[in-house]
Amino acid sequence: MQRDTLVSFEGVVKRFGSFVAVQKLDFEIRKGEFLAIMGSSGCGKTTTLRMLAGLEAPSKGVIRLSGKPINDLPTWSRDTPMVWQSLALFPFLNVRENVEFALKMRGVGKAERRRRAEQWLERMQISEFADRNIAQLSGGQRQRVALARSLVVEPEILLLDEPLSALDAALKVRMQSVLKNLQRETGITFVYVTHSQSEAFSMADRVVIMSRGKIEQIGTPQEIYRTPRTRFVADFLGSSNLFSGKVRAAGGGLALDTPAGELRLAPDAGQTVGDTATMTVLDTKTHLSVTVPAGAVNVVPVRVIGEEFVGATATLYLETSQGQEIRVQKGHDEFADLPIGMGQNLYAWWNPEDAHLVAES
Amino acid sequence: MSASADPNRNRAVDWALMAYIVLAYAFVFAPIAASFVFSFNSDRFPSIPLGHFTLDWYRAVATDPLVWEGARNTLFVGVIVGVVSTALGFGAAYTDYRYNFFGKQVYLALALLPPTIPVIILGLAMLAYLSRVGLSGNALSVIISHVVVCAPFAMAIIRLRLSQMDPALEPAAWNLGASEWKAMRHVIVPFTMPAILGALFITMAVSFDEFAVAWFVSGLNETLPVKVLGFLQGQVSPRINAIGTFVFVLSMTLVILAQLLLSGRSATPADKE
Repeated sequence: MQRDTLVSFEGVVKRFGSFVAVQKLDFEIRKGEFLAIMGSSGCGKTTTLRMLAGLEAPSKGVIRLSGKPINDLPTWSRDTPMVWQSLALFPFLNVRENVEFALKMRGVGKAERRRRAEQWLERMQISEFADRNIAQLSGGQRQRVALARSLVVEPEILLLDEPLSALDAALKVRMQSVLKNLQRETGITFVYVTHSQSEAFSMADRVVIMSRGKIEQIGTPQEIYRTPRTRFVADFLGSSNLFSGKVRAAGGGLALDTPAGELRLAPDAGQTVGDTATMTVLDTKTHLSVTVPAGAVNVVPVRVIGEEFVGATATLYLETSQGQEIRVQKGHDEFADLPIGMGQNLYAWWNPEDAHLVAES
Repeated sequence: MSASADPNRNRAVDWALMAYIVLAYAFVFAPIAASFVFSFNSDRFPSIPLGHFTLDWYRAVATDPLVWEGARNTLFVGVIVGVVSTALGFGAAYTDYRYNFFGKQVYLALALLPPTIPVIILGLAMLAYLSRVGLSGNALSVIISHVVVCAPFAMAIIRLRLSQMDPALEPAAWNLGASEWKAMRHVIVPFTMPAILGALFITMAVSFDEFAVAWFVSGLNETLPVKVLGFLQGQVSPRINAIGTFVFVLSMTLVILAQLLLSGRSATPADKE
């Protein structure tokens, strides 16, 4: 175990009756990092968080916090406060009493309680609402109360279960920077569960991608974005084009025999002839042209089926002759000299170095 | 009148429904109102035209030691029944809220069963059973029987309130360092308080008014409703109207208090935005 490890999951399994929510989880959470656990609903991400909080008991395996196993520790004896998806603020207490709650439960005296709560109210910029009822607050203010209520005990780790999902888009972006800054300033380890790629990638130092109770990939947002390791991850992120086929020898190197044609692999692809493999190439690394560009090796004839302009980027949706959809994403002006009317025939191409292979999972 | 009437509503139907409600309430409350009016009437028999206004019947009631004894019994029994039924009802409702277990449907059905048993049967059964175990004919026997009748009401009221609670609230309290007992004290009880008080008042009111079971089991410790029947059997007296009015006002006060608590302050937990 590394010295900067705060939490480790060792062979953790969670079953609900015959349903396996989490199958054999092995990973570590580092001290002071912002870790996002991402996946679609039912992938086991919330169960993982709840096991860490002590709200579910693992069926198998050990969870360690600072090296000590915490499996048998009841949730009220762990310092693993959580920010809930519903926020779960106490409606019969005012803002200040909500923030003081955890201190009161720990037997902290009244004056001390008030002083420490005041600090966090100020830090979260909600002092002026201290005496209000929860029902009188806006969504963003409630978020801040929920954060203050959890952080008032100054824990080593803070668990967040999709806390921003109820906010509108603009507020969501603002709270993301609030959270990121808070994490950086306090140095508290954040474990953030979400189904939103933009939330995970914009805040986290490392991202865990889960599917059907298993970890698909752990890495920095850049690593995961540039080199998704499995077909699931590439599909889930939705920013790569995928081609599957059998590996065969071609022109001194290797190529993939796909329905879209023969596609060259990078020399270091590490595959052997006869394997089935899937190649991914980012939509931003996929290029378009009217004629077959000279020297290009991976060229797929396509037809324009849709376009989408968001901010400074444009996304073109294209279709191969076999009906497979391909995306290409560029800045507006990069499409300026292309005829991109619906039904227009073009060629999509990319350099073999920009493509890589992923595991079928 | 309103320049823009709601196009989705039919004025004639609205009026008809309003009239229906007024008539229904008039029908229900007419006897009570009559009893109220005649309790202040000087004539010995309820007849029209009325005599003059008098407080004689209230004076007669107030100076009757038998009435006072009945009132004391009623109050004593009612308060204890209210507290015990509410405590039992809370326990049953929380069990239903918190736990899932084999046979839960049966547990719930049994817990809610007593009010569906005809009171005469329940009274007879209570008398037979309590006399067998040596508990019949005193205040305790009335208390036991009334708790059986009242606890399901308390449970239903508190259960409704618990069902409005964000299911994350209690685990959130644990997560913030509250043991199960502390979470009960600092989260579950404060959240359900309006329903707990409401249940307390309603069960008291039910006990005050309950006649049939009390008649069977009360023995010499008659509650007021049982006393009233005694009066009626002896003689027709407007004193009945006076007692009736008094009991009605008391019960209605409790029920209205309960209503205010249950509707006014039941702000739902952190409404979703």
